[in-house]
Amino acid sequence: MSDRAMSAPDFDLAVIGSGPAGLAAAALAAGRGLSTVLLDEQPEAGGQIYRAITDTPVRDRRVLGPDYWHGAELLGPLRDSGAAHWPGSTVWSVARPREDRPGDRRLQIGLSRDGAARMLSVRHVLMATGALERPFPIPGWTLPGVLGAGAAQILLKTSGLVPSGRVVLAGTGPLLWLLAWQYLRAGAALDAILDTTPRANWRAALPLLPAFLRSPYLGKGAKLLLEVRRKVKVVDGVTELRAEGEGKLAAVVYRRGDGAEQRIAADTLLLHHGVVPNLNLANATGCAQQWDETQRCWRPTTDSWGATSVEGVSLAGDGAGIGGALAAEQAGRIAALDVLHRLGRIDRAARDRAAVPHREALERALRGRQFLDTLYRPADVFRAPADDTIVCRCEEITAGAVREAVRLGCSGPNQAKSFLRCGMGPCQGRLCGPTVTEVIAAERGVSPAEVGYYRLRPPVKPITLAELAALPKTEADIDAVLKH
Amino acid sequence: MSSQTPDTRKPDVIVIGSGLHGCSTALHLSMRGVKVLVLEKDHVARHASGVNAGGVRQLGRHVAEVPLTVASMALWHRIGELVDDDCGFESHGQLKVAESEAELAGLEARAAELRALGFGHEEVIGQAELRALVPAIADHCVGALISRGDGAAIPFRTTFAFRRKAIALGARFEEGAGVARVSRSGGVWSVETTAGDRHEAPVLVNCAGAWADRIAAQLGEPVPLEVIAPMLMITARVPPFIKPVVGAAGRTLSFKQFPNGTVLIGGGLLGHAVRDENRTELDFSQVSVNARTVWDLFPVMRGATIVRSWAGIEARMPDQIPVIGPSGTQPGVFHAFGFSAHGFQLGPIVGRITADLITAGATDLPIDAFRIGRFAA
Repeated sequence: MSDRAMSAPDFDLAVIGSGPAGLAAAALAAGRGLSTVLLDEQPEAGGQIYRAITDTPVRDRRVLGPDYWHGAELLGPLRDSGAAHWPGSTVWSVARPREDRPGDRRLQIGLSRDGAARMLSVRHVLMATGALERPFPIPGWTLPGVLGAGAAQILLKTSGLVPSGRVVLAGTGPLLWLLAWQYLRAGAALDAILDTTPRANWRAALPLLPAFLRSPYLGKGAKLLLEVRRKVKVVDGVTELRAEGEGKLAAVVYRRGDGAEQRIAADTLLLHHGVVPNLNLANATGCAQQWDETQRCWRPTTDSWGATSVEGVSLAGDGAGIGGALAAEQAGRIAALDVLHRLGRIDRAARDRAAVPHREALERALRGRQFLDTLYRPADVFRAPADDTIVCRCEEITAGAVREAVRLGCSGPNQAKSFLRCGMGPCQGRLCGPTVTEVIAAERGVSPAEVGYYRLRPPVKPITLAELAALPKTEADIDAVLKH
Repeated sequence: MSSQTPDTRKPDVIVIGSGLHGCSTALHLSMRGVKVLVLEKDHVARHASGVNAGGVRQLGRHVAEVPLTVASMALWHRIGELVDDDCGFESHGQLKVAESEAELAGLEARAAELRALGFGHEEVIGQAELRALVPAIADHCVGALISRGDGAAIPFRTTFAFRRKAIALGARFEEGAGVARVSRSGGVWSVETTAGDRHEAPVLVNCAGAWADRIAAQLGEPVPLEVIAPMLMITARVPPFIKPVVGAAGRTLSFKQFPNGTVLIGGGLLGHAVRDENRTELDFSQVSVNARTVWDLFPVMRGATIVRSWAGIEARMPDQIPVIGPSGTQPGVFHAFGFSAHGFQLGPIVGRITADLITAGATDLPIDAFRIGRFAA
């Protein structure tokens, strides 16, 4: 047994990710006495939703809107809580070391900070890894000039950048309209919005409307939509979409149902059709996951306190299923209360009592979510694209190649990965995993639940060989591997 | 399949396990017109056969394996004729680098030992030739042992190709069919699967890899099989700079660059296998040792980015060589397992050997060292 394992853990709790769930969880846990470290790969707290909340150059508050600026209110409690905040920390592994002893459950986190890798030992890990944009593979989506609306929004928040030239937004979902609204506020001109929301979704969503009418989204959403529609040409019912250009985007080509193909000259195409849980770290840690048919994505399996199937690992916020920023904040607090209980700081009754207001707020925040999920569910043709479309950008694998692999006997993403190398590139499936699952499921005529998802492996974020080589090693580690 | 009567589907041989050895056995038997059913508890090439380093190596093998590895290499060099797919096989040699004169002397002794046995495929090269073959090697390396005909292939693709060809020749595969119970009556073996089916055949082949000890135990011949999890890691693409596969005389290393530029680093450092959950855990202190070895031997790699690491589940025998051959206790049973983390290159020949044993009762290659009886008390 190494000295490292014998000594006390570095922290009681590590919270990974400093979006709303992570900020709220770390503040609550540290405020109630747990030694807590908040790890995040960005230079500042905020996550993606509140990205650059401390130093955004966009000082006019009307541009990013009050929902964004709410993030600033989470920073004070974090500072006051005494939690250690380590921005610029990239977590690439979470695991339980083998020399683990009963009664001394601890987890080991592999992280890189300031160009050096190190292992951190903690008693509990709370992952608040947030969401990723759902990949939107269309022909030509790898051309320079085509990017995700989420990525474009990050540029706006961090650098105040708005695209110049002719700009087209395409897809479906609240973020698309929010970004359009923010761009308009920032003075950008938008050439068109191509709405791919399937018409049939309205019928499916209608029965869910009553709950949505009581949701906090309604008023804001309606106002925002109207304002955008007044100022930008919106094309509804788009069923085919591709990007064209030699070496860079030149035009967006689209079709509505049986109509004729239309072409818009464009310098920038921003694509978006929703977000999915960023489950890579939980998956690589061995947390069980499940297919969510409503949100049409995989998510780690959690109980009502955010506990995963791996002891000592909890999950809160969009990383456990998409609920939005306000829901994430409450879920973070609920998960933190459970950690306090698990680490023996409060009893079960105190945990349950303290969680009551957060559960009420969570329920309010989730009201209407199902309506949005159903209305903005992306069309089949955009989730499982035509054969000639690249799905894995790292290895340049097309949907057709994936379908061919299915015909040769690959029954799931892991076989396709071994066969085609799709998902084996540096992005570890972030840009192709959902699509490959959908393509295989559709080709086999079964649910994605049956075909499964990639088994992901650490490092979940790339690290350099130099960092890895410099990890602290004992003499015994080295002796054990010398052949003589 | 439903149009066929059950009788015509009754196999002559049931192969347990669809790793490379099971698929190769199925292929060689099918080539001879034998009806084969392969039972697989997960899916084809799910474990060691799908995720190993893909080394096609004669270099440095146990002397008992040398006749087999040489015969297998002849098959590898014509692999397309066997399975209608080149399996991504490329032959640029494998070398084992000496970092000191003492290590080089050890390699010279090894080459001499093989020459005395009549095998000339391992040769010692000096520093100048080493540098010519591997310009990126660190300055302190003084020479190497080389096997020029060696190379590497793509493991999952290879195993898949063997399966595909076997199926084309009539073999059947059932995936998701673990073996629950094996029994014998009236000269016929009966296999009950975890899927609830029962299959019968006069001959049984145990190619169950890291789970083979459980089959052997049911047959009354327990073996001291250790379940191991060799780890590998891979880098992001870097410009091509090396063709041969490189190992080291004094350290655990396997280092090779794929045609797409990614570099695979492994060599057998072990993580932890959780066999009953089909799962492995990585040990980053060991991965770090591996990274350190690369740092020392390939300075050019110091800035490379590691994008993924993993481990497969394999079987290792105490004497580091496999079990190949007939059962020591049961008629109509044959084993091929326990390849101890170096079975990939042997896949093509071991399938042929097992098919020889089943169809002709003998093989022309020496396999006595691999008999299962060597572990009997």
